[in-house]
Amino acid sequence: MASVEFKNVTKSFGEFKAVADVSFDIADGEFVCLLGPSGCGKTTSLRMMAGLETPSSGKILIGGEEVTHLHPKDRNIAMVFQDYALYPHMNLADNIAYPLKVRGEPVAQRHARAKEVADVLKIGHLMDRLPSQISGGQQQRTSLARALVYPAKVYLFDEPLSNLDAKLRLEARGFLNHLQRDMGMTAVYVTHDQAEAMALATRIAVMDQGHIVQFASPIEIYRRPATTFVANFVGNPPMNLVEVEGAQVDGKLALKAEGLTIAGLAMTDAIGKALTASGKLTLGLRPEHLGIAAAGAVNTITAPLFANENMGPESLVTVDRGDSARVTARIFTDDHLDLSNVVTLGFSAEHVHLFDSAGKRIPALGE
Amino acid sequence: MKLTIPAFVGRIAFSALAALIGAIFALPLLWFLFAPFNARAELGLALPDPWTLNNFVTVFGNSYAVQALWNSFIQAVGGVILVGAAATLAAYALSRSSIPGKGAVTYILLLFSSVVSGSAAMVPIFLIVSAAGLMDTHLAVILTFAGGLLPTAMFILRDFIDSIPKSYEESAMVAGASPVQAFFDVALPVIRPGIVVVVVWGFVNIWGSFLIPFILLRSDSNMPASVAIYSFYSEAGTPIVTLLAAYSLIYSLPVIALYLFVSWKFGFRFFGGIKA
Repeated sequence: MASVEFKNVTKSFGEFKAVADVSFDIADGEFVCLLGPSGCGKTTSLRMMAGLETPSSGKILIGGEEVTHLHPKDRNIAMVFQDYALYPHMNLADNIAYPLKVRGEPVAQRHARAKEVADVLKIGHLMDRLPSQISGGQQQRTSLARALVYPAKVYLFDEPLSNLDAKLRLEARGFLNHLQRDMGMTAVYVTHDQAEAMALATRIAVMDQGHIVQFASPIEIYRRPATTFVANFVGNPPMNLVEVEGAQVDGKLALKAEGLTIAGLAMTDAIGKALTASGKLTLGLRPEHLGIAAAGAVNTITAPLFANENMGPESLVTVDRGDSARVTARIFTDDHLDLSNVVTLGFSAEHVHLFDSAGKRIPALGE
Repeated sequence: MKLTIPAFVGRIAFSALAALIGAIFALPLLWFLFAPFNARAELGLALPDPWTLNNFVTVFGNSYAVQALWNSFIQAVGGVILVGAAATLAAYALSRSSIPGKGAVTYILLLFSSVVSGSAAMVPIFLIVSAAGLMDTHLAVILTFAGGLLPTAMFILRDFIDSIPKSYEESAMVAGASPVQAFFDVALPVIRPGIVVVVVWGFVNIWGSFLIPFILLRSDSNMPASVAIYSFYSEAGTPIVTLLAAYSLIYSLPVIALYLFVSWKFGFRFFGGIKA
C-alpha cells in the first residue's frame, strides 16, 4: 500500500487539455473516487497513474517515489478495466495467475494462489473455463481476482461495474466496500455514477473539464457542494437549483423568484460580497428536503404539477416552474399522494444552499 | 399455398437454369477428378475404364516434376514465413503506435503492392534481382513475393488488430509484463486467427504463381511446379493430357490440405471481444 500524489499534472491531446494542472494527495489506505461526466479527465488521470499515458507536464508520485515516466510494469500497481480485458485464449486459472507468471512464480504456486483468490470471489469452481464461457458478473470478478492476486501498491479501477446490470452492480459494489474494509487498500476508482462514488469512497474528487472542482468526503460533498456543478451531479435526483434575485432588505437577505416565498435569511459577509458582485443568486434545495407544504407555511415553492412518480417507499413529485425549470421533491411515504393541479412544496431554512452568480457556494452561517 | 400455373412454370424454369449453371461449373471439376485415373484421358469428360494409377507412376518417375513440387514448397513456405512474420510485426506497430500519417502509409503501400508483383514491374524486378546477384535462386522468388504480398497482408492484419481492444496489452503491462512479453503472451494469441488468414492467402498466391518464378529462375532444378507443369507438353506443344491431369491433381493437393488443416485447427473463427 502506498500514497499517490499528483503535482500540477497536465495532459493535453493537441489543443485539448484533458487534465489541466491537477494537484492532489491520496493518503495510504484511502479509497478515492474520481467522479465526473464523460470527458472530464477522470479516466485520463487514472491512466496516468497506471503509466498508460504520460503527463504533458507535472509529476506523479506513488509511495513518495516519482513514477511520472516509469513503465506500467515497474510501478507495482493493479488495475481493473472497464471491459475486464480477460485474455480470451487463457482459462480463468491462467488469467488470474498471469501477473504471477510474469513475476516468475512456478506454475503450481501461482495456480494455488489464483485458486485461493478465486474462492474468495466465488469463482473457484470455474478455473478451467474460458472467459467466453462465463457470465458477465463472473467475468467482472475474474478481472478483480487478477488484480488482487498479487500485493500491489495501489489498486486502480476504471468504471469496473458499468457493464453489469443494476442488480449485479449493487452486489459488486457491496463486495468492493467489504473488500476495502478488509484489506485497507489504497484505491483510486473512476466512475460517473455518483451513487457508486458515495457508497465506496473515503473521499471523492469531483472533476469537470479537466479540473478537480471539489475533493472531499462524500458527506461533505453531499452537505456542502462547492459549486452548482457538484450540487447538480451528486444526489439522486440531483439538487434543485432555482435562479433567484437577491437583495438586502432590513438587514436580511430577501430572495425573489416566480412561485417562491421565503423568509428573510440572516446576512453574512459572504452573502454581502456575493451581492455586491451580482444580485443573481442560485438557491439550492435537495429533493429529500422538500415536502408538501403545510397550510400557512413560510418557505414554499408553488407551481403546476408536472409528474407524480410513486417508487414504493417514496414518491417523486415534480413541479414545472415554466421554461423547464423543474423542481423535484422526494417524499418518503408508501401511500399514493393525491395532489391537485397546482402543488405547494415546503422546506425549512436550514436546508437552503446558496450559490453566487459564478456558481460558487456561499458558505452558510457557521461554515 | 397454391401456386398459379405461370408461377409454377417460372419456378421450374428457374430451377432448370440454376441446375444448368451448376453443371457448367461442376464439369471441369469432375474432369479434374476423373482424368488422372484414366489411362486414355482426353479433354472430354469420361469415366475411367478401368481405374488406374499408371499416370501417377509415370509422373513420379519424372524427377524434374517431383523436384518442382519440392521447389514450390520451399518458395511458398519461405515466402509465407517472411510475409507472416513481417506483416504481423509491422501491422502491430501501425495499429498500436501513434505515428502521424500511419493511415496514409498503409494506403500508399497497398496501392503499390499491386504494382510490385504485377507484370508491369517485371523488368525492374528482373534488373534488381540480377544486380543483387540473386538470379536463379529460391531467395529471389521468396523476396519478390514477400515484397508484393506484404502490403496487403499488413493491411488485412492492421484492420484485424485495430478491432482488438488495447486493454488486453495494457492490462498485461499493468500486471507487470514488458511490452515484448505482453505482445507474445497476450496480443499474438489473440491476433493468431488473423495471421492464419494471411498465411493461407499468401501460400495460395505463391503456390499458384507462374510468371515471377518463370522469369527469375533459370535452371530446371529450381523451377516450381507451376512452371514444371509445361514439361507435360509434347515438343509440338500439345498437352499429354493423362500426365498433365495427374500432375495437376498432385499440385492442387497441398492447397486443399492447407485449407482443411486450418479450418480443422482454427476454424477461421475469431475470438470475440467483450461487449463494451
